[in-house]
Formats: sequence, structure tokens, C-alpha cells
Amino acid sequence: MTREYLFAGFGGQGLLFSGKVLAYKGLIEEKNVSWLPSYGPEMRGGTANCSVIISDEPVGAPIISHPDVLVAMNLPSLDKFEAAVKPGGTILVDSSLIERKVARDDVSVYYVPATKIAGENGFSTLANMILMGKLLDVFGEYDVEMVHQALGKCVSARHADLLELNLKAMEIGRDYAE
Amino acid sequence: MAGKVLMKGNEAIAEAAILAGCRHYFGYPITPQTEIAAYMAKRMPKIGGTFLQAESEIAAINMVYGVSSTGKRVMTSSSSPGISLKSEGISYLAGADLPALVVNCQRGGPGLGGIQPSQSDYFQATRGGGHGDYHMIVLAPASVQEMAELTIRGFELADEYRMTTMILADGTIGQMMEPVSFDFEFKAMPEKPWATTGTQGKREHNVVNSLYLSPEVLEIKNIERYEKYAQIAEKEALAEEYMTEDAEIIIAAFGIASRVAKNAVNAARAEGIKVGLIRPITLWPFPEKYFKNCLATAKEIISVELSMGQMIEDVRLATECKVPVSLCKRVGGMIPSPEEVYAAIKAAAERIGE
Amino acid sequence: MVVFEKPHALTDVPLHYCPGCTHGIVHRLVAEAIDELGIEGKTVGIAPVGCSVMAYDYFRCDMIEAAHGRAPAVATGVKRSDPDNLIVFTYQGDGDLASIGTAETVHAAARNENITIIFINNAIYGMTGGQMAPTSLPGQVTQTSPYGRDVTQCGYPVKICEMLSTLDGPEYLERVAVNNVKHVRQAKKAIKKAFQNQIEGKGFSLIEVISSCPTNWGMTPAKALEWVEEKMIPYYPLGVYKDRSAGIIPGKKEEA
Repeated sequence: MTREYLFAGFGGQGLLFSGKVLAYKGLIEEKNVSWLPSYGPEMRGGTANCSVIISDEPVGAPIISHPDVLVAMNLPSLDKFEAAVKPGGTILVDSSLIERKVARDDVSVYYVPATKIAGENGFSTLANMILMGKLLDVFGEYDVEMVHQALGKCVSARHADLLELNLKAMEIGRDYAE
Repeated sequence: MAGKVLMKGNEAIAEAAILAGCRHYFGYPITPQTEIAAYMAKRMPKIGGTFLQAESEIAAINMVYGVSSTGKRVMTSSSSPGISLKSEGISYLAGADLPALVVNCQRGGPGLGGIQPSQSDYFQATRGGGHGDYHMIVLAPASVQEMAELTIRGFELADEYRMTTMILADGTIGQMMEPVSFDFEFKAMPEKPWATTGTQGKREHNVVNSLYLSPEVLEIKNIERYEKYAQIAEKEALAEEYMTEDAEIIIAAFGIASRVAKNAVNAARAEGIKVGLIRPITLWPFPEKYFKNCLATAKEIISVELSMGQMIEDVRLATECKVPVSLCKRVGGMIPSPEEVYAAIKAAAERIGE
Repeated sequence: MVVFEKPHALTDVPLHYCPGCTHGIVHRLVAEAIDELGIEGKTVGIAPVGCSVMAYDYFRCDMIEAAHGRAPAVATGVKRSDPDNLIVFTYQGDGDLASIGTAETVHAAARNENITIIFINNAIYGMTGGQMAPTSLPGQVTQTSPYGRDVTQCGYPVKICEMLSTLDGPEYLERVAVNNVKHVRQAKKAIKKAFQNQIEGKGFSLIEVISSCPTNWGMTPAKALEWVEEKMIPYYPLGVYKDRSAGIIPGKKEEA
């Protein structure tokens, strides 16, 4: 099985980090993975995105034209990538930043006001991880031990406090119901 | 995947270089390869090595020339416009028969071009780039794992043949993360009796030099160098073959283009189209034999490139134009999609009446 | 009885320089310094592009021929490869050091790279046949300034010692000349000190040697030495421009 994820939003929202946690989770599960960021000046405040492929087969092109999963953290990203999502695919929307609804009816859509929830919980920069928690839950892949391990690979040991905060954000996302 | 770590391609190059015994890195910031410099800046001071951000690409390659003269493993990295600046130094390295590793994480050109991935420095790399008759060994990684493997191999080849090895990567392979294992075996570095490490009063002085004012001597130097190149072409040319055994259509693609092409080959095979892929791993020497061999079944070759068509010329030369060679390309930082390559395969299949 | 001998650090290869050229004197001074400091076996010299391009044949220590202007970068690489054991010097002319290689010169100085640079300033491109150099004097006639260097078109000469002395980096900058015995003795002292500084790990030392080029200046050797005294030295005053260890630092106000 191959699943292609596209994380898209503004630079600084932690999209690349989300992708990295997901890729590490795939690696720990002994899957083939690739992680590809958009790069360049847009990394600072413009639109940024990150493609992650997790597969049982060797990964061919790391570039994704038609993602199975889109995580959209701003309106331009939803506008740009909504149509590209495979029929039957999944779209996660940060509904505190994107007011409109997804127009398509052939995909599963989850609205999470992640940025708002993150602010309310005092970690305004962790909306990305709230969405990540929801994403894993949607696919029934939220394994606490695995998530802890994957995060541990992405957060340096010196920042153990950050690890805890990330975990908490993911749990809030996992437990969020519309 | 025990023992594997997720790493960017650029970082994998840096780590592999350190494992290969490289303790001297000189560079200058340029997107999309700066992770190599950043990695070296962090690691080198902790392992007794040298990281130096030079005042220019020109200075950096000449610092490489200096370290290489003393026999130590040394590298620099850059992206396309920076490689043009380094080309002077690369020519001098060739003229003085000095080993070095140069990484080109290509971006779109010409001029300042763009910062997105490209393969449009193929001519520059495979023909040498600077002035004079010379070649570099040019290796084209297609994965993060190969970024590491070919870096180590690149140092070994450079030392063995006393010449520059270029890792011709691109922005995508440099920026992407994949699992990589650093479980390698390393060859011992050859003796370098020519190195300028001080006579210690025990031998005649060594001279590292590319100046030969006598045309008779310079001619001999060039001919000898090309005899060495012929040996390298014989021994070191390498490609990966994928589903080529019965292939009537052959895709020629290297680096990131080969990854895209593989998806398209799989899709076309699923429809019964007899298509395969030859992925050159050494761009110089060009793996001509693989292309000659494919003529047993091939009726058309498609060169998939992130350039206006550069490798296609080597494919035509290798196959002596015995079958048509067409081009499937995107440029300027664009990457062909698997669908575009698939469409090119379908069109070729129709032409050959499959 | 003192017997005048060729320094050991010079090979037996006959120098190719023109009659009356002062390169021979400076080669000898460098070789004497190497001999006296006993460092020949661990010295690596870098030759430039210019008249002294074949210096690699004349010095008995290990030698490297660099691309035009890049000798300070090559020297940086060599020195960094084995900083505790190697002594590294470059020998460069004015076109090499002060024109095409200005960036390499300035930044090696800024880094206080622990190397020794011997800079031959004879105000002309010699090897290519007498073109205007970055250090050619205002009004100086050369092949490419046939009506005299016009500063409104070609700008003014580059004064390397003055320029580098504005940097915090370098350890030692001195301008000397080799047009008479007294100046040759001073030059010898400066060159030796520039090597001694490196041995002591003090950093970047550059000795600018005001030299003559009778062939391309179109003068007899004797006349050329007079021209050095009368024209060059007034424009390029001799002396120590910086010596950090001795407290000679330009712009630093004397304490009351």
C-alpha cells in the first residue's frame, strides 16, 4: 500500500515538522518513506508545503501530483490543492484559518479549528500537531508508543519539555470531535 | 530498517564525506545546497576538521586545490551558478592531476536562473566545465542513500585516478529526506608520494603544477591523461537497468528524472507496454554499453531530462542513432510528472506499433 | 673569511628573469630566510601567475603553482591541512595579488590566516609584456596606457599595505624596497620576520617589495633603480604599516 500526504500552508506553521514526524513514524514501522519540502524564499511566511510518501514498495518519484491526503492550513493551499486530491481521498482543514468548506463531495473532509485550539491551550505554534493527532486518528493509526518514538526522533533530547507539549497537542487533536 | 536515519540528501553527502575521512570542507552559501555547509560547520570543529566559509566560490575551490596538494581528502559543494565560478579551479585540479570531490546540487539556469531543481548542467559536468581537454568522473545519485554511497565512492575514485569526482545531484534529491544507512565498507586511501607535505630534507621537492610551456611535453601530458580516461570508461561506467530485458521502449533518465520515469514505466508495464529504464549512475564515463545492449530489443529510446535535451546527445552517440531517440523534458525548475512520462511512453508505443 | 654562497633553499635551476630584474634578489632573500630559520623541509611555497610563475622550479622546498590571483586561497588550504607542521608562503606580483586576486588577498588578511605573503610591486604586468598594473603610477606609460595612466579613466593605484592596514585581521604589513643595499638589508629583515611570525603562530604577514622592471619600463637596470627611488617610493612610502605584536596598529590613538 502507498499513501501520499501533502501538508500545505504558510511558512512557519510547522508543516515540514509534521511531515517529518509522519515520515519517522513510517520508518519506525519499517515502511519506505520520502519527505520532500518546497524550498526557497517562500519558506518565511509565504506558502510552503511538504510531500510525504509512505509505502510498502520502494518510493518512486517523491513529488506528489495527486495526494491521498491533504492537510490544508491556509486558504491559498486549499484553493490550490483541493482539486488535486485523489477521489476517495482525505482533506484535513484548519477551520480557524479557512472559512470556506471543501467543495468536493468525493473526499472525506475533517474540519479542525486547530490554530484556535492551540491558542486556547497556550501553545499557539502547535496547531500542526493538533492536525497530526487528528490525521493519525482518522486512519486508526494513533499508536501512543509509536507517536512518542517518532516525536523523539524529531525533537532533540535537550527539549524534552517540547516533546511533552507536542504529545499533548496531538492528543487534543486525536480526541477532537466536530 | 534498523540502523537507518531520516536525512536530507545534502546532509547525507556531508555525513558520508566525514565517514570517508574528509576533514576539510570549503564552501560558499547558495540554495539549494547550503545544508551541506551547515552540516560541516557543525561537525568539523568537533572532529578536528576544517570548515571554512570562503569569500567566494573561486576561493573555495582553490582552498580545495591547496588541501588536495597535501594529499588529504577535501571537498566543496555548490549549485549551478557557483559551479561555473569553480570551473576555473576544477580545470587546474585536472591539469595538476589532483583528487577532489565537488558536489553540484543543480538548479535552473542559465544565469541566476531559479532555485528549483534542474539537470541542465549535464553538458558542463560531463564535458569538464572549464577550459582545456579534461574530464571529471560524474556520479548521479537518485536517492538519499545514493547521495551517501556515491560520495564515498566518489572520494575513492578521485584518489584512485587522481581527478575530480563530481556528484551531480539536483535540488530535489538534495532537499528530500529518505531513510539512509551509513553501514559502509571503506577502502584504504592510496599512498600519495606526490603530495606537497614538506620535503623533511629527505627527498627532492614535489611540485604540484599545471603549467607546461613546452608544447611537446603538454601534448604528452594530455595524451597520458586520456589513456587514463579510456581505462576509466572501460572499468567504471555504471547504470541501473530496470525491466530492460524485453523492452521495446527504453527510457534513459538519471537522478530525480529516473524516479519519475520508474513510476511511469510501472504504469505502462501494467498495461502490457514493453518499456524499461536505463538509469546512468556514472554520467562520465557514460554507460554506453548498456545502451548498445538494449538495441537487441529496443525500437525507440526516450530521454527524460530536466533540461532542454543534453544527455540525449550521449544516448544518440552510444546507440549510433540506430533507433529514434526522443525527448521528454521539463525545465526551469519544473519536474515532469509520471503522467507526462507515461504519455511519452504511450506516444512511442503508438509510433512503433506496439 | 666569508664565502658568498647560494642559499640551500634555492635549486640549481638558472633563473629566467631579465637582466636587472629584482626578482632574483627577492628570491634570494626568501631562500636565506628559509635557510636561517631551518624550515626548508616543512615549507610549501605557492607560485603565482606572472613573471615568477616558474618560482616552483627555483625553490628547493615543496612547491605549488596556483591559478592567477588564487595563491592566498591555495595557501589557506595548504596551511589548514596541517597547521602545526607546515610553513606556507606565497610569492605574488602586483597583477596577481592586487588585481585579479584582490578578494583572496583581502580575505586571507581578514582571517589573519597564518601564512606569509611576499608581494612584488613593480607597477607593471611583466610576463605579458608591460601592461598597466593596478599599481602603475598616475601618468605611467605602459602598453595599455600608451598616453600615460589617466586616473580619470583608469582610477588610482591600489596601495595594498595601506588598504590592508585598515583591517583588524592581519598581524604584520611592511613595505620595503630592493633598489639599494640599505633597502635590501631592511627587506631581508622584514621577510625573515614574516616567516618568524608564522612559526610563532602570529598570523598573516605580508611584505610588499617595491621592485623594478627595466625591460618593460624601457630603462637600463641602473636607471630603473633610480626610478624606484624617485618615483615609486614617494608614492609607496616604505615602512611598517601594521605590527600588532609591536603595538603598531593604524588608527589606534596613542594613549595620553
